[in-house]
Amino acid sequence: MSHNERDWSVHPPYIYPEYKSTILRGPKKPLIAIEHSLSELTIPAFGHGQMQEFDNDLTINGRATNGQMVGEPLGERIQVSGRILDEYGRPQVGILVEIWQANAAGRYIHKSDQHHAPIDPNFFGGGRCVSDENGRYSFMSIKPGAYPWGNHHNAWRPNHIHFSLFGMSFASRLVTQMYFPGDPLLALDPIYNATNDQAARTSLIAKFSEEYCIPDLALGYEFDIILRGPMATPMEV
Amino acid sequence: MGNNKLKQTPSQTVGPYFSYGLTPEQGGYDFKSITSPILVKKDTLGEHIILQGHIYDGNGDIIPDAMIEIYQADHQGKYISKEIPPSDDVFTGFGRCDCETNSNFCFKTIKPGSIGDGHAPHINMVIFMRGLLSHAYSRVYFSDEMDANHNDNVLNNVPSDRRATLIAKRTENENGDIIYQFDLNMQGINETVFFDV
Repeated sequence: MSHNERDWSVHPPYIYPEYKSTILRGPKKPLIAIEHSLSELTIPAFGHGQMQEFDNDLTINGRATNGQMVGEPLGERIQVSGRILDEYGRPQVGILVEIWQANAAGRYIHKSDQHHAPIDPNFFGGGRCVSDENGRYSFMSIKPGAYPWGNHHNAWRPNHIHFSLFGMSFASRLVTQMYFPGDPLLALDPIYNATNDQAARTSLIAKFSEEYCIPDLALGYEFDIILRGPMATPMEV
Repeated sequence: MGNNKLKQTPSQTVGPYFSYGLTPEQGGYDFKSITSPILVKKDTLGEHIILQGHIYDGNGDIIPDAMIEIYQADHQGKYISKEIPPSDDVFTGFGRCDCETNSNFCFKTIKPGSIGDGHAPHINMVIFMRGLLSHAYSRVYFSDEMDANHNDNVLNNVPSDRRATLIAKRTENENGDIIYQFDLNMQGINETVFFDV
């Protein structure tokens, strides 16, 4: 079984000087080719059974509970859903999807985040789910705010949600970020712009979706994710 | 389909704030972790080892805000595939470590067996960090397996003057624990070998 290659026309380079942290951290020597074996073509058993109720609902899983008082997180409620496919459009079933994000004010719960925006005591910002038999995943959350970072003068990250995925093999591992349509910060963001291919870059922007809106509750966004998979055999294509 | 293949979704950096989502228990957050840097229980079969190291940037400074994942076969050289539902008793061979806790990574695992002819025992590794836009793949081989290493197809494809960057050094600590030290250099003359997996 051969695997499609990691497509370096879409994945960002290791050194992208506009994103300053890459300069001392990205490998500089050429990558060494590797012949795929079970080491690359199998996938860890990571604990599907460990999912807990509300793991995919970030509007619930981080609520503070002070005695009987349970609060609601602040911000615009969203549903983010999409399909995980391989390059031939085949649904990727049973994929572990983990997400993490800032709250509506642009503040991460992470202890190192020093941004002056307020913590929301009812929002944690982490979640996970497993894709269903159609490759579909779904999260309920709050639209994350933009936040400043130190890369350059007036650097603000566009609104985004971090995604981590295990595909059908160790070789299809992917960590990426989902952005929101119409965000003026995208054009200025060196992380987003590090993908040179425009079509690939814009594929990181979710589409507003009426279908995924929930009446009187949440706006809907659709974000499909394409993972590397085994090459299609002639019978399949 | 042929030319109509869909394009892979681009990678993006894990950023500095992954811990509460990906390694919450290790980072001290109130959210259950689905994996950890401790892959073994007391009765896990095989030689118990500690795999540890630092990650250095191009200036030789330690990188604290990185995340390492490892994936390996069991002591008999078998991968526990996804189909086998993991339970507390099963060695899954998968672990994840947030380096921020002690500015290093430290896994408790077992030394894997060889997965077949032409394969020296090894642990697969993925490196994520702020400033790394696409994750990097490497491999950990063992300093006490030099014969097997000489016959490893992947190592033999690495320029000979760079192979040493992939060999973890075996030592023992005062408690009798077997330690394999594996430091990563992201850049420089001793830049670790990263693979185009």
